[in-house]
Amino acid sequence: MKFVHDIKVDITADIVYMMCPMHLLKLDEMIKMVEDGQVIEILTDYDGALDDIPEWCLKTGNEFIGMDEDEDYYKFYVRKTAA
Amino acid sequence: MRKCYFDHVGTNPLHPDVLNAMMPYFKEEFGNPLSVYDLGIRARDAIEMAREQVASLINAKPSTVVFTSSGAEANNFALRGIALAKQSHGKHILVSKIEHHSILNSARFLEKSGFAVTYLPVDKYGSVDPEVVKESITKETILISIAHASSEIGTIESIKEIAAITKERNIIFHTDAVATTGNIPVDVRELGVDLLSMAAHQFYGPKGAGALYVREGLRIVPLLYGGIQEGGRRAGTENVPAIVGMGKAAEIAKNEINKRIEHCKRLRDRIIEGALKIPNIYLTGHPADNSDKRLPHHTSFVVEFIEGEAMLLMLSMKGIYAASGSACSSKALKSSPVLLSIGIPSALAQGSIVFSLGIDNSDEDVDYFLAEFPHVISRLREMSPFA
Repeated sequence: MKFVHDIKVDITADIVYMMCPMHLLKLDEMIKMVEDGQVIEILTDYDGALDDIPEWCLKTGNEFIGMDEDEDYYKFYVRKTAA
Repeated sequence: MRKCYFDHVGTNPLHPDVLNAMMPYFKEEFGNPLSVYDLGIRARDAIEMAREQVASLINAKPSTVVFTSSGAEANNFALRGIALAKQSHGKHILVSKIEHHSILNSARFLEKSGFAVTYLPVDKYGSVDPEVVKESITKETILISIAHASSEIGTIESIKEIAAITKERNIIFHTDAVATTGNIPVDVRELGVDLLSMAAHQFYGPKGAGALYVREGLRIVPLLYGGIQEGGRRAGTENVPAIVGMGKAAEIAKNEINKRIEHCKRLRDRIIEGALKIPNIYLTGHPADNSDKRLPHHTSFVVEFIEGEAMLLMLSMKGIYAASGSACSSKALKSSPVLLSIGIPSALAQGSIVFSLGIDNSDEDVDYFLAEFPHVISRLREMSPFA
């Protein structure tokens, strides 16, 4: 897993404590809201996202930039690269 | 025999327009809101419309309304969900001594799970003093929960003032607004609360539907785990007819609230004036002339030398339906903690009775009640060994 810090983001979804698979539904929803090249940040405490979000990026052709950790949740960064 | 339903804080009859709005969702519109085909989409759209209607009643954004099965669930969700979400910041919670059981028992559960809870006292009217709230806050305090109004004594609390204190200190503030939503104006922005509980059956909606307002950006741990209903915050296939009914009831309440307040207030004041002519009967909560401190549809008394339950039974034989405290305490046949908290002696608290009014009540109901109530008390006092 690639760890990144101080990423400049265009939009954030705070879904900490929200149930699986909200992380994937939020990604689907947000990718439609941003322009090509913009960065999405997802905040979640769901461990399954560690596999799901990179996999989702592979499947959809978007760039998985990496992740960061806060006190009790993860931060995932995705750049829209698939039109 | 005339029937006078004076137990509107227990529950309300369903508004006929609410029932009409719900009916299709019991029958042809039975789809699961998560299904992708048109039947599911229509159910989902109906829920989202109800969310807008409920949000509009409390001046909130629709996305901040989470539907639950009841006010009690909303209260459990607020207390436990915020305690768990914020426990890394502190483990101290403040609630008042006169909260509903769904708050008090959730607080007791949290105490057993390692949280510290302070139960705030109230004055003789049942009001929580914002200064006492301020003094009770510690560095560990993460959450405060004070009901907007008491369904037992009708006292409306100073929520706005308490919210100003919590905001300054970055403490989450929840109010149980089950007794007030749909009955008096409730505006989450004006009140300044972070969370607010509601129940549809308190404003002519159906049982089985409640909601919790969760301020935008506030994290809350779910109470029910499972699917992604309610944006991943509350699992379980939605009770679509009840939610639709709650939405319709909220829409009607918003349009009619001033009319309802005026109607109930007038009847309330007549009951208070008439009942207080009987010897040895006392009003609990604020006097009616302090109208921003007392629910407009609420009267509550303690009657000396007789028991509330005996009054209820005799009144019901006359077609008059009332309550002797909260619906929960009433069943348990024990002194109400609310009445004890406002300093009513235990023996007198046994004579508690609550008459709560609604849009279905009339002046004729009040005439009938005021003619019958003194006789009921006289007869019971004749039988009482204490009178």
